[in-house]
Amino acid sequence: MRWEPIIGLEVHVQLKTRTKMFCRCENGFGGGPNTQTCPVCLAFPGALPVPNRRAIEETIKLGIALGCEIAPRAVFHRKNYFYPDNPKAYQISQYDEPLCAHGRLAVPTPGGEISVGIVRAHLEEDAAKNVHVAASGRIHGATATLVDFNRCGTPLLEIVTEPDLHSADDAKRFLQLLRQTVVELGLSDAELEKGSMRFDVNVSVRPEGSNELRTRTELKNMNSFNFAARGIEKEIERQIKIYESGGTVEQETLHFDPGNEDSPPLRSKEEAQDYRYFPEPDLVPIEPPFELVEELRAQVGELPSERIERIAETLSFYDADVLVTGGLDRLWSLLVAEGIDTKEAANVLANDFAATGSDPDRVNAVEFAKLIRQRHRIPRSSFALGVASTTSESFAAADYTREAIVSDTAELDPVIDEVIAANPAQAEQYRGGKEGLLGFFVGQVMKATGGKADPRVVSGRVREKLGG
Amino acid sequence: MSASIDTRRLTAEEARGLLDRGEVSPRELWDAYRAAIDGSNDELNAFLTLVDEPEGGGVPIALKDVISTRGIRTTAGSKILDNYVPVFDSTVAAHCKAAGMPVLGKTNTDEFAMGSSTENSAYGPSHNPWDLSRVPGGSGGGSAAAVAAGLAPWALGSDTGGSVKLPAAFCGGVGLRPTYGTVSRYGIVAFASSLDQVGPVTRNVRDNAILYGIISGRDENDSTTVDVPPVVVPVPGNLKGIRVGLPRQLNEVEGIEPGVKAAVAAAIAHAGALGAEIESCDLPLSVEYGMPCYYLIAPAEASANLARYDGVRYGLRSPGDDFREMVMNTRHDGLGDEPKRRIMLGTYALSSGYYDAYYGTAQKVRTVIKREHDALFERFDVLVSPTCATTAFPIGARSQDPLAMYLTDLLTIPSNMAGLPSLSIPCGLSDGLPVGLQLIGPQFAENTLFRVAAALEEKIGFDPVPVRLR
Repeated sequence: MRWEPIIGLEVHVQLKTRTKMFCRCENGFGGGPNTQTCPVCLAFPGALPVPNRRAIEETIKLGIALGCEIAPRAVFHRKNYFYPDNPKAYQISQYDEPLCAHGRLAVPTPGGEISVGIVRAHLEEDAAKNVHVAASGRIHGATATLVDFNRCGTPLLEIVTEPDLHSADDAKRFLQLLRQTVVELGLSDAELEKGSMRFDVNVSVRPEGSNELRTRTELKNMNSFNFAARGIEKEIERQIKIYESGGTVEQETLHFDPGNEDSPPLRSKEEAQDYRYFPEPDLVPIEPPFELVEELRAQVGELPSERIERIAETLSFYDADVLVTGGLDRLWSLLVAEGIDTKEAANVLANDFAATGSDPDRVNAVEFAKLIRQRHRIPRSSFALGVASTTSESFAAADYTREAIVSDTAELDPVIDEVIAANPAQAEQYRGGKEGLLGFFVGQVMKATGGKADPRVVSGRVREKLGG
Repeated sequence: MSASIDTRRLTAEEARGLLDRGEVSPRELWDAYRAAIDGSNDELNAFLTLVDEPEGGGVPIALKDVISTRGIRTTAGSKILDNYVPVFDSTVAAHCKAAGMPVLGKTNTDEFAMGSSTENSAYGPSHNPWDLSRVPGGSGGGSAAAVAAGLAPWALGSDTGGSVKLPAAFCGGVGLRPTYGTVSRYGIVAFASSLDQVGPVTRNVRDNAILYGIISGRDENDSTTVDVPPVVVPVPGNLKGIRVGLPRQLNEVEGIEPGVKAAVAAAIAHAGALGAEIESCDLPLSVEYGMPCYYLIAPAEASANLARYDGVRYGLRSPGDDFREMVMNTRHDGLGDEPKRRIMLGTYALSSGYYDAYYGTAQKVRTVIKREHDALFERFDVLVSPTCATTAFPIGARSQDPLAMYLTDLLTIPSNMAGLPSLSIPCGLSDGLPVGLQLIGPQFAENTLFRVAAALEEKIGFDPVPVRLR
């Protein structure tokens, strides 16, 4: 029997607003434990929440980008549960009247576009951070819990998808695209390592062609897209194996250890918790005026998924995907406009530029294009140095293109002869058929010329000289 | 007691005059009240915490102990907050400070304002200055007793189901429950957020209007507040053009004491004599369903509001082997029976499977109650009734019967559920105990209430000093 995986995602993204969701405390990392706190986010008696206008606007923007309906009236609810990181013992969240609902994100894939339904995108507040003090650092076996409330009250977007994904790879693509969308809208850094983007995955499988929904398991705490994809794949395999051996999948949660990708997930029974949601009486409903929504709509530009589709008409899907989800496509367009070949520009950005970690939006594209045009005329090291300097204000391609690569054999031959003379044993071995030593000689010449020799010319000459 | 200052009779406005004219220094005024407190707080148990050094040179004030005061212990009448000293001022306390009013101390209250007699206070009941064997009403009994006995010229309370109006009525004071949203709740230890509202307890109507003017107004820290029309401090006059409605369901309620009925009838006759048009009317749904809906909504909100007292960040902590056990022990040790009862009621009302039947329905009925009131205010400017069917009852009379205690608020709850302003003024005595007259107005009609109340106050001529203290 063939099995079809059913995957749904619940994604949380911390907004990088200046202040927290319901108080004026500074939002963000940096301070010592419990320094970014106030009576509101510490839940002192009588403290009241006041909603962050910017956070509401940004949520609406994301809702627009995800094709959601923006509710003319949205309500905050209290979600009640006891946990030391939840000082009010309720989280202010949204329940049956979220800000954004019924959206759809088109995800380009090599096999064509898939459409992922967005159930809702709503706004809530993040919890504090519990530090479990114990030898292992994991929850089990902890002897004490310390709470840092700096994170408590950070605006948090929750995005819930329909179970429209059918492979680990598609799930990964969706997450990457969503991340890029959020980053481009300027809502969040969405950094998985820092926890500013987090996601839970629901996985179940069913016989292909059937409509049933079988028991799902929930995967939590995965801190990279690749790790998530592997985790999902493994879980799909595990469930298939259980069904094929006549067993049943139990509803449970798999908690991954973000600090150690290799450790197997901890399993816990999923308890049906009653959160006793009710409308938050300390806040009035959010009623975004039509004009505001339209103003925000105008601020949302061409979406990443649309750009992947557009660029894939010129380049391969793979290149388009890498450029857009890497945030490189705007720079790519600028380089192409400067006359750089589309494929070459993509290669330089994906291979050389991405590795520098520079912000593509701060690059002087005109000078960068000049550098790329000289790429094959200058030593590799000069090019790499130039690429790494493209975001500097004083960047000028000329500074990195003065020194041309040396391909003149008259200049290179004496160096090559010297190298051969200095390594007679290796020369003998090469002549005896050990052709793999060619690289050794080329490397020695490159070293002797300070990397300025043209490696293609050098390897040709070495081969000739050693009677190849 | 300072020779020149009779704290039993001095109104806040008069005290302000003494200060302004330099006839009395702020310190002398403070000392006079402090001497009064030292003289009778032991028998009244009106104050839970006293402030030793005045902060500000204005007319002193007493604050109910659910009102957060920076640096002054704020217990909400609960052991769970026995050691809690706020690091911030509530907005109303800040307004008082800005007006130069020093805080005399924090007054007794039923635990988390849950009660009608102060008998639910973890610090023992307050006593009614008119008869020490009787309750002062609740939950803000400490504030009402303090004002009635001359331990403070005025005070603030908080009113959820009647906690300002009822104690004012039982102690012969004037108590305002303002329109929901006109006074900031920031820093008020929350009981039921959609109902809680701070209000003044005073010895006359003018003081009440003055204090309401000081504490009201939109607050950026409370997003449920709104802009408030300017407060007009009333001058007693006639009531020409005022249409008074007498809801039968409030005025002919079962079990009403004859003395209460008589005092209210006399006050209504005064209103007629002053030129008001008086007509009976009906509020059938509000009175029948107000109470049951209140006891779903208020406990539901309370069950969430009180969940923060977990021993982690402040207040009492009773150790346990893990978080869960610590929270359980803390709540077991720190909360009294009434908060526990209401937390259980509220948790149940919000539980999955019961939400629609209980909390959801109660909210819908609340809308019905509001509409029923709104409809009456198309015909009337003010609705009048007794504040309570009885006068102050003996300590212990209802404390073993929660339902009987809950019914004490039967007449104050309906308009509270509708978010409307209401004022209790004394309208006479029944068997030597004060009777409260409740005036209810449409949203933001505090000025109308003050005007009507000031006219009646003059005509009734009630002496607010308890007979035994005269």
